[in-house]
Amino acid sequence: MTPTLQGFLIASAALFSIGLLAALSRRHAIFILIGIEMMLAAANLNFIAFWRFGQQHQPPVGVMIALFSIAIAAAEAAVGLAIVIAVYRHYRSTNVDEFNQLRG
Amino acid sequence: MNTGAFIAIAIVTLSAAMAAATLRKLMHAALSFALAIVGLAAFFFLVGAEFVGLALVFIYIGAVAVLIVFTILLTRRDVEKDHGFKWGGVVIAAAVFAGLTWSILKTQSTAIVAPQIRALTVKQIGQALMTTYVWPMQCVGLLLTAALIGALLLVIEEKP
Repeated sequence: MTPTLQGFLIASAALFSIGLLAALSRRHAIFILIGIEMMLAAANLNFIAFWRFGQQHQPPVGVMIALFSIAIAAAEAAVGLAIVIAVYRHYRSTNVDEFNQLRG
Repeated sequence: MNTGAFIAIAIVTLSAAMAAATLRKLMHAALSFALAIVGLAAFFFLVGAEFVGLALVFIYIGAVAVLIVFTILLTRRDVEKDHGFKWGGVVIAAAVFAGLTWSILKTQSTAIVAPQIRALTVKQIGQALMTTYVWPMQCVGLLLTAALIGALLLVIEEKP
């Protein structure tokens, strides 16, 4: 017996829900970024699972989308963490509940 | 594909992700996040997408986890304070997970085993990147450059 597509999809759904939990419940900006990264990674697992279990195309579309999504997640992490540092300089805090104005 | 390996990888990945979401100490959470990414890369190795698994390890652990650790160290003065925890998020996450699991289990066409495929080589990926996906790849390169310059501009100290 080998794992079915359902197993991969449920593992991915669990990872997505844990990322959502981190993004919604924690009040620390870095935790929220970690949660968003986990949700993106769970979506990548879905792409790879559907590539492996679906019909084989040439070029491999699922693998390509996963690679591009990893690159975009890296860009998102760089900008997000830069925003955390810039906001920390201003407010001396990383609690998102205290950030209440856009003006510098 | 081996069911035992699948279950072991799933347990490691999900418990590391849970630790990353719930641990009080920020540094422990960041290291648990790196462990969860290793587990996810193991999933990719299991299904035969080795190149994506390696890219995931290089980019997430080599770049993103290190960036997170640097940010934690740079905002250190605030780390000791407890920021609280909202229980509403737990309810929403559990509801989302229940809905997704219900719909996955109800869809009969997902209860299939993996077909036999020829191994995916790095040469195939490189050829696809250089022919079909050459414009998306250039755009991602431009996006990464713009994002890194933007990140630099955001954190540069303003001279008074």
